[in-house]
Amino acid sequence: MTPSAWDETTVRRVIDAHKERPGALLPILHALQAEFGHVPRGSVPLIAKALDRSRAEIHGVIGFYPHFREQAPGAHVLQICRGESCLAMGGEHLAEHAKERLGCEFHGTRADGAVTLEPVYCLGQCGCSPALQFDGEVYGRMTPARLDELLREKGLV
Amino acid sequence: MSVTVYVPRDSSALAVGAEALAEAIQREAAQRGVDLRLMRNGSRGLFWLEPLVEVATPAGRIAYGPVQAQDVPELFDAGFLAGGAHPTRLGPIEQIPYLQSQQRLTCARIGLIDPLDLDDYLAHGGYRGLHRALEHAPEEIVAAITASGLRGRGGAAFPAGIKWNTVREAPGNVKYVVANADEGDSGSFADRLIMEGDPFALIEGMTIAALAIGATQGYIYLRVEYPHAHATLERALATAYRAGYLGADVAGSGKRFDVEVRLGAGAYVCGEETALLESLEGKRGMVRSKPPLPALRGLFDQPTLVNNVLTLATVPYILAEGAEAYQRLGTARSRGTLPIQLAGNIARPGLIEQPFGISLREILYDYGGGSATGRPLRAVQVGGPLGAYVPAAHFDLPLDYEVFAAQGAVLGHGSIVAFDDTVDMARMARHALAFCAAESCGKCTPCRLGSTRGVEVMDDVLAGRQVETKVALLRDLGETMRLGSLCALGGMTPYPVLSALEHFPEDFTAAAARSRLG
Ligand SMILES: Cc1cc2nc3c(=O)[nH]c(=O)nc-3n(C[C@H](O)[C@H](O)[C@H](O)COP(=O)(O)O)c2cc1C
Ligand code: SF4
Ligand code: FES
Repeated sequence: MTPSAWDETTVRRVIDAHKERPGALLPILHALQAEFGHVPRGSVPLIAKALDRSRAEIHGVIGFYPHFREQAPGAHVLQICRGESCLAMGGEHLAEHAKERLGCEFHGTRADGAVTLEPVYCLGQCGCSPALQFDGEVYGRMTPARLDELLREKGLV
Repeated sequence: MSVTVYVPRDSSALAVGAEALAEAIQREAAQRGVDLRLMRNGSRGLFWLEPLVEVATPAGRIAYGPVQAQDVPELFDAGFLAGGAHPTRLGPIEQIPYLQSQQRLTCARIGLIDPLDLDDYLAHGGYRGLHRALEHAPEEIVAAITASGLRGRGGAAFPAGIKWNTVREAPGNVKYVVANADEGDSGSFADRLIMEGDPFALIEGMTIAALAIGATQGYIYLRVEYPHAHATLERALATAYRAGYLGADVAGSGKRFDVEVRLGAGAYVCGEETALLESLEGKRGMVRSKPPLPALRGLFDQPTLVNNVLTLATVPYILAEGAEAYQRLGTARSRGTLPIQLAGNIARPGLIEQPFGISLREILYDYGGGSATGRPLRAVQVGGPLGAYVPAAHFDLPLDYEVFAAQGAVLGHGSIVAFDDTVDMARMARHALAFCAAESCGKCTPCRLGSTRGVEVMDDVLAGRQVETKVALLRDLGETMRLGSLCALGGMTPYPVLSALEHFPEDFTAAAARSRLG
């Protein structure tokens, strides 16, 4: 997915495509994030108007859900599972290793903007713990060495 | 003659290399001029063997695993297309003891069929339940669910028949069926296995539920962390519409039923049914106070049936085979089978569907083969992040809702996460509180503030500061959260915390802190 730059026509098109659906807000936010990589701030008043709800309400919803971002993330997103099954299989160690490699904490982005590191609570891959997700692809039975290998494959180290 | 080879498209198989393997098999076959049909099945749920390949032979489907892309030339050389010998050969899949000994009713078709091939579904008993249901009045369908003894598999274990009847009898022209596919519990993956491996089972279950309660619209509230399940469901729904199993005239009955997938957005609390409904309505996922029950006033204020994916996916079996076939299995008030999800530090993690009554020990050792690390198992967490830790001394407990409740534990969604003796239970207690603090919807103070305070208290305990006072405080906090929270997130976080403290007090001492720091 290549996030596009802010463009009001696209935002309006996305909103119009979903606004008549019952409970349209989450589908709209998902569609905007799919388009832009985040929910652009400028879209909030447009959504509010289309759904006849206040801007504060729309902001409140975006802020409530960890999945929605108001800022563009790094070029890649690495999510490390923090669920108990992965912790039981060395997930903590894997997370520490990722932080050290990328030089950032959870919710942070590597200095060059290439990778954002995030925690995630279970990917449903507990049978192959520890697990992580890189740009939406899942990887199981991870080790620090295999993470390094993955980062190399992706041209990130 | 063409040979059929199965490589799972299940995301757990993909996570350990199944895609590269599938490509390698096709490449190798092309190179060798072999006529090969590659089928992409779901996972059998024998995860330590993934990627697991099956080859259709006259002697049945022969399994090989775990297999990686680089093994492929060697497998061809070994004649695996005819079931030839190789170090990864496991024999006929159905004779692998882990699988053979199970009683798969809810999960009978996962790994067996092509999840997106409706004909394959039909050939394996699919939609027989719906056709049965169409021969009966709504109250008779509900009566069958009640008689089966099926209880909700999402965590609360509420009798499904009673809930269905409440929605059926609720006044209202518009009613909804909502499948709770939020599967937020760590250690859980059975909903995902169904959605990726047998999606029509969920769709059929929802359709039967709709007939029973008089609903015309269904929603599948799916967590956004499951992109593969999402893609599979969308394709299965499109197929069901094309074949006339959804839409204006369900299976020629003249009845309408529509189903749509809606994605969650990373909030654990949205698995709680009322928060889920708020989310579906486009709001923040704040838990509603009950009453009113969602069964009477749920989505958009209309009567709504919310059931877990496993609950709904079990419905077709009950209708097809009869309530008695399901009800005769199990223990006292825990009837039928439970798809158990075994994970964590375990040699053979996987899906084990067995009648209630099987013991933790059988699951952990006969199936699981003990820890993955070879060290002794010290504790298991049953029932997700809000479930209690059970020490090795209690491994003989049978899986039964009431037996677990009497021990201050829960079965929840049926996940079991194993830990070896290197686990630090004080850290796990802190983790549970931090999880609650991060995921609290914020509606009630004991949950919102209690969990944050609990993390601070645990930081003191972990560092050995005023340990006795802090441990006493932890107990108080736990009690306050348990009694003063509106939903089980705040109300049950004390389960993992206080069970860790009760069964592993040695991890909550000044001495433990010293060795931790040392
Ligand atoms: C914090 C919290 C999270 C929950 N998460 C889920 C979930 O992910 N999936 C689920 O089916 N039920 C979940 N539940 C239980 C639901 O509230 C509800 O009981 C269930 O969906 C009802 O379906 P059932 O009767 O078929 O189990 C959760 C409950 C709480 C309190
Ligand atoms: S217990 Fe926590 S999650 Fe549940 S309603 Fe209260 S604040 Fe919200
Ligand atoms: S706990 Fe990590 S994938 Fe489930």
